[in-house]
Amino acid sequence: MAGKPLLDVRALYKSFGKLEVLKGVDLAVAEKELVFVIGPSGSGKSTLLRCCNRLEEPSDGAIYVDGEEITAKLADLNAIRRGIGMVFQSFNLYPHMTAEGNVMLALRKVLKQPKAEARERALAALERVGLSDKADSYPNQLSGGQQQRVAIARALALEPKMVLFDEPTSALDPELVGSVLEVMRSLREAGMTMLVVSHEMRFARDAADRVVFMDGGNIVEQGPPEAIFGNPQHPRTRDFVSQIAR
Amino acid sequence: MEFIIQNFFNLGIMQQAFPFLLRGFGMTLLLVVLVIPIGCMGGLTVALAGQAKSPVIRWATVVYVDFFRAFPPLVLLIFLFAGLPFAGIDLPNIASVAIAFLLNTSAYYGEVFRAGLESVGKGQTEAARSTGLSSLQTTAYVILPQAVRNVLPDLVSNTLEVAKLTSLASVVALPELLYSADMARSVTFNATPIVMAAGFYLVLLWPMVRLLSRLEHRAMASR
Amino acid sequence: MNPEITQWDRFLDSFFKLEVMAKYLPSIIDGFLLTCHLALLVVVTGLTLGLFLAIVRAYEFWLTSWLIAVFADVMRALPPLVFILLLYFGLPAVGISMSGYVVTWLTLALVLAAFSEEIFRAGILATPKGQWEAARSTGLNFGRTLAYVIMPQAIRMTVPPLTNRTIAITKNTALGTVVGVGEILNAATTAQSFSGNASPLVMGALGYLILFVPVVIFGRWVETRFAWQKQ
Repeated sequence: MAGKPLLDVRALYKSFGKLEVLKGVDLAVAEKELVFVIGPSGSGKSTLLRCCNRLEEPSDGAIYVDGEEITAKLADLNAIRRGIGMVFQSFNLYPHMTAEGNVMLALRKVLKQPKAEARERALAALERVGLSDKADSYPNQLSGGQQQRVAIARALALEPKMVLFDEPTSALDPELVGSVLEVMRSLREAGMTMLVVSHEMRFARDAADRVVFMDGGNIVEQGPPEAIFGNPQHPRTRDFVSQIAR
Repeated sequence: MEFIIQNFFNLGIMQQAFPFLLRGFGMTLLLVVLVIPIGCMGGLTVALAGQAKSPVIRWATVVYVDFFRAFPPLVLLIFLFAGLPFAGIDLPNIASVAIAFLLNTSAYYGEVFRAGLESVGKGQTEAARSTGLSSLQTTAYVILPQAVRNVLPDLVSNTLEVAKLTSLASVVALPELLYSADMARSVTFNATPIVMAAGFYLVLLWPMVRLLSRLEHRAMASR
Repeated sequence: MNPEITQWDRFLDSFFKLEVMAKYLPSIIDGFLLTCHLALLVVVTGLTLGLFLAIVRAYEFWLTSWLIAVFADVMRALPPLVFILLLYFGLPAVGISMSGYVVTWLTLALVLAAFSEEIFRAGILATPKGQWEAARSTGLNFGRTLAYVIMPQAIRMTVPPLTNRTIAITKNTALGTVVGVGEILNAATTAQSFSGNASPLVMGALGYLILFVPVVIFGRWVETRFAWQKQ
């Protein structure tokens, strides 16, 4: 890993009532790195991701993005979130707005861009995900894969420092997964820093720089994909990898 | 038959009473355009307060809403009209009417908006906040438009009720449509002016009833 | 002397004067019972008529359907007070004299019938076509399908809107005061003008709260209990 990390998670704890979901997680992601987080359901991987833009409030620990502590009490949350894109499992497109409207909203209201400029940038973002011809379509007129690509465009348009992906393909029909992964691959080639929670092991194998295996609220093992999938060290990793390989 | 026409559809009386009722109708329209927006704004405020972080505020809104939903609007109106002078507060009629209707309708609109806000999934808020929108911006641009659409039938239905509610103002001698009609009735000893008032209300509200029916059927069918 | 205390005393004297309250309590209680009585009558007759009309309409005979539709629209569009005044002051001219109580009951029952007919009908229409087809395919006739298969589902769907509507219309029993029905509000305003004191109004208000707060809370409970299952 080169240079200082873009995302630095230190001793992160998160409990929901009595349930301890994260038990002191440390994780650093370097600039332009693509890190894959895998693990059984309930392992805390989604919670970890959601803490990184404080959709969940950590119980303890600190998270730094680009050297700035986002978990600080007085941190400007809206400014921080603008710099960290997020893509959700269920897309969460705004159903009352067109694809272009979805992308433009934050440009207009957060970055305060004039309409023409925001539209130009929105169209450019839609172009990047291959959907410039769907700018005027509403979410219910788009396939699941197209909706997810619009959601990615919505995150990209803000020119974030990094993008968090929370199981971006889990809600998609198998034949639609490819188009979303294609977009993610192109992002990686363009040098976007990405933290991805996903079950797409094939994609992890050939696109990830590093794979992190989580279980029971801890990081059990991490390393390059060949190592994690080819020669896992920890028995729990071995178990998980052999199960998903089947 | 002639007897019925004489007593309910008397043309001579209609002609005489028409200008008088028209003025009353103007007052009814004024009440409608006064009460509906402030009731809506009040209801929206109540609904948003119902989502406050502080449990005290949340409870206060539930108490407010249930209190004024339990109170018949006429009782509230008469209470303000007849009771406040005892407390040394003398309000013009239209003011006690406006306050009574604001308290009553904001509670009902509040319930409608609350249901609307709750009908929008949490993912919408998360997506909006993840792009850096503030909580106020999220409510205004993402949640509210969807909420309103989801409860449109209830909003229309409530608005219809508010429009009908204005007729209660006649009880405290505010010269709106029904009051004017009742005055005309007591002067002419003939029910024709009330039939005319009914006609005015139908002209104003029938289109809304039709719209409501259409919306309600669409809503139930899509469930 | 502290002027604030006199203010407070005056307030208590105007709104919570015990002698006045004691004196008029019996008449407020009479009003309370009359309101309960009237409300119950409105609910039972109004809902029964509404259900009956919805069933008649389900048969889709053009004349009855049309008549019911017009009835429902008119009763939903007219403020109930207009109808009360019309019946109370208009009908005697054609030889039909009804007491304020009967007029109020009739008006509110018809309004509730109109609203509940529409709600029941919406429920019937919203029950999936497959339910009709399945029932008819087992040899049930139209009436039985409606009674045993459609209505149980439709009614369940309509419970929350029906409850809210019924509560709202029941509260309109207060309108009876305009035509001299001695319900709570009437008893309270009469006592207020006799005593020249606002305490009876406060008692009346409390009477309504005692009657309707539980009803409103019940309505809330029904709404969560019978909430639409999403998708």
